[in-house]
Amino acid sequence: MTGALLKIEGLTKAYPGVVANDGVGFQVAPGEVHALLGENGAGKSTLVKMIYGLVKPDAGTMQFQGAPYTPPEPRAARAAGVAMVFQHFSLFEALRVAENVALGMENPPPMRALSTRIHEISTAYGLPLDPARTVGDLSAGERQRVEIIRCLLQDPKLLIMDEPTSVLTPQEVEILFGTLRKLAAEGTAILYISHKLEEIRSLCDSATILRGGKVVASCTPRENSARELAELMVGGEFAATDRAGRKLGAKIFEVAHLNLAPMSQFGPALKDVSFTLAAGEVLGIGGVAGNGQEELLSTLSGESPSAPGTVSLHGQDIADLGPNDRRRLGLLAAPEERLGHAAVPNLSLTENAILTGTVRRPLTRNGFLNMGAAKRFAEEIISGFDVRTPGPHVAARALSGGNLQKFVIGREVLQAPEVLVVNQPTWGVDAAAAASIRQSLLDLASKGAAVIVISQDLDELMEISDRFCALNEGRLSAPRPTEGLSMEEIGLMLGGAHGMQEAAR
Amino acid sequence: MIGGIDIVTLIAALMAASTPVLLAATGELVAEKAGVLNLGVEGMMILGAVAGFATAVTTGSPVLGFIGGAIAGALLASLFALLTQILLSNQTATGLALTLFGLGLSALFGKGFEGIRPPPTTKIDLGPLSDMPVLGPILFHHDWVVYLSLILVAVTWAFLKYSRMGLIIRAVGENHDAAHALGYRVIAVRFAALAFGGALAGMGGAYLSLVRVPQWTEGMTAGAGWIALAIVVFASWKPERVLIGAYLFGGITALQLQLQAAGYAIPVHLLSMAPYVITVLVLVILSATHRHGAPAAPAALGRSFHASN
Repeated sequence: MTGALLKIEGLTKAYPGVVANDGVGFQVAPGEVHALLGENGAGKSTLVKMIYGLVKPDAGTMQFQGAPYTPPEPRAARAAGVAMVFQHFSLFEALRVAENVALGMENPPPMRALSTRIHEISTAYGLPLDPARTVGDLSAGERQRVEIIRCLLQDPKLLIMDEPTSVLTPQEVEILFGTLRKLAAEGTAILYISHKLEEIRSLCDSATILRGGKVVASCTPRENSARELAELMVGGEFAATDRAGRKLGAKIFEVAHLNLAPMSQFGPALKDVSFTLAAGEVLGIGGVAGNGQEELLSTLSGESPSAPGTVSLHGQDIADLGPNDRRRLGLLAAPEERLGHAAVPNLSLTENAILTGTVRRPLTRNGFLNMGAAKRFAEEIISGFDVRTPGPHVAARALSGGNLQKFVIGREVLQAPEVLVVNQPTWGVDAAAAASIRQSLLDLASKGAAVIVISQDLDELMEISDRFCALNEGRLSAPRPTEGLSMEEIGLMLGGAHGMQEAAR
Repeated sequence: MIGGIDIVTLIAALMAASTPVLLAATGELVAEKAGVLNLGVEGMMILGAVAGFATAVTTGSPVLGFIGGAIAGALLASLFALLTQILLSNQTATGLALTLFGLGLSALFGKGFEGIRPPPTTKIDLGPLSDMPVLGPILFHHDWVVYLSLILVAVTWAFLKYSRMGLIIRAVGENHDAAHALGYRVIAVRFAALAFGGALAGMGGAYLSLVRVPQWTEGMTAGAGWIALAIVVFASWKPERVLIGAYLFGGITALQLQLQAAGYAIPVHLLSMAPYVITVLVLVILSATHRHGAPAAPAALGRSFHASN
């Protein structure tokens, strides 16, 4: 291809113990939407960080618009016309939209002029945004708009997007894709990182697939099926989840008229949440993070007490019981935040296994730790859930996100819960590991446990849950059977169209 | 005169009594806005007090004295910055150590300066303004440092709210990872904010030894640095409220001195305790009533930043 906008050759970056990028090369033409595909740890993030000047490559060359390009810092990358929308939003919650935008610009105009420009650009690209609002009050989709507009104000020639749709509702994804297509038509090249293969197939012109830091394939995603792409990423056969062979039992778990005050300054309150759960059932709770997911998990797990009668297991009121009492009764939970909530970063896997496992497993004796039993339990989790680590003595901090997630889910599943609550079980986990986590949740349900899966990933919820409901601004819609539920209806449930709730009742 | 207290003198004394705490609190506010909790204010103040005193006595110039105090405070703050920002030591422990270090070091340096009178700091003559009845002695009869401290509060307020650098400081204090990702130099910004905070604390200390007392005695800051820290918190990190807090503290300090002088039969210890207790109480009430709405602490306050995280 002649006239490549960005041309990368032999880019290599090694960290102690791991080569993140090994001789990576590809090119992007102006106006092209180029996908970067790969599992966790395949080196996508390192690669874009090098393009954006956050990380310096050890070897290799980059060319931008035909000239050698070695950005020493993001400032230089931005000056050259490279902009990036981050996976974890790089926003400042206490600051206003306009201030956040100004921070991402080299020479921002005075605030008043900037507000006007934000307004113009946001209307032009169909991303409405009020420059005077505080970012902490915005939804995830609106926050992403702030980031995108911050980039667009600099007239970028190359826009890098790292997993942009993971926090969006289907409608918001459509709006975003519309914006991106418009940008590409205007000649902006887009480098798009995502796990969601269907999205890549509908949006991207070409794709580079990374595995283990190396480019393993380049292809045109429209001409390949999602399955083929997934197999290229994983480098092997890809097992589909098997949900057959499950029978629903009696009702065992009930939440009735649950209310909870906000736990954080910008957090939502839970408002009149009610649902029931039968043995063997998987209930999917969708919705964009920050709509009460954490709050719901903490009331179900027992971290936050709730009013008497709001949570009951086997007909017994457990609303005032703490996490350990609930574990004893068979209600276990795996929170979203792996480091610091689900696991203690500086403790070993064995010690982390004791922390939640000791109630249902004999890991302590007369108040003393039974390290032998704990180590065996940790090893059982590691082998049973394919956790890739040198051994149970390794600190939780040292595991990659996906591996630690497998460990956390495995730890709860192996305690044979009667009710298991998981929040974002496959967030940031690569396709193969996500599939095995989902399968383990289904296997657990087929043994008669009730499972609540809180997730932003709708495909995941459709794949494993029997009934689906949406959490929006702390309100839970009435659960509906997933079978026959269209994406349209789900989008409306997520958007909080309350008429849908009424209709469903 | 009300009950043996001269109101005009009281208010005039209030402004002078508040100045050390006002300077130190304004400096600490900037450091905390950048996300660093420096508990060493007391240490930086007392080092500024002895360094300012020594410089003024040796050179005969109070202006040089204040500059010397500011430099000493900034140097001690830079030591704190080196330890916490580059060597990533714990901010709380380092701050406490800094106070102890400053108290000890100032006692050592100050040995030769005990019992000396410093050169007087000139009052600014504002001509007809100073001659006005009531308002003249209250507002226009002070030394230049009092006015400088007020200007600094106003400048700090405008700087944080309207300038680009101020926005960057707030951004760094709010989310250092995001600021780093956008290409801002978190550690450099925090280093500068800490040095500024140290300089103001040092100046505040120098004001104690050169104007307020004026003399050098060991441990003469007597907790003013801690009050400055408390004022920043209860002022919800807002410069204008820092001014209110500092003047409240200064006002009660001045009042209790006048009450002592007027011979009221209140135990001296209760009176000397009053400014600390009342300031904290009033500020607690203020911040409790203001809890709704405005976000208070910078989100990254006290958290160490390391680029690889």
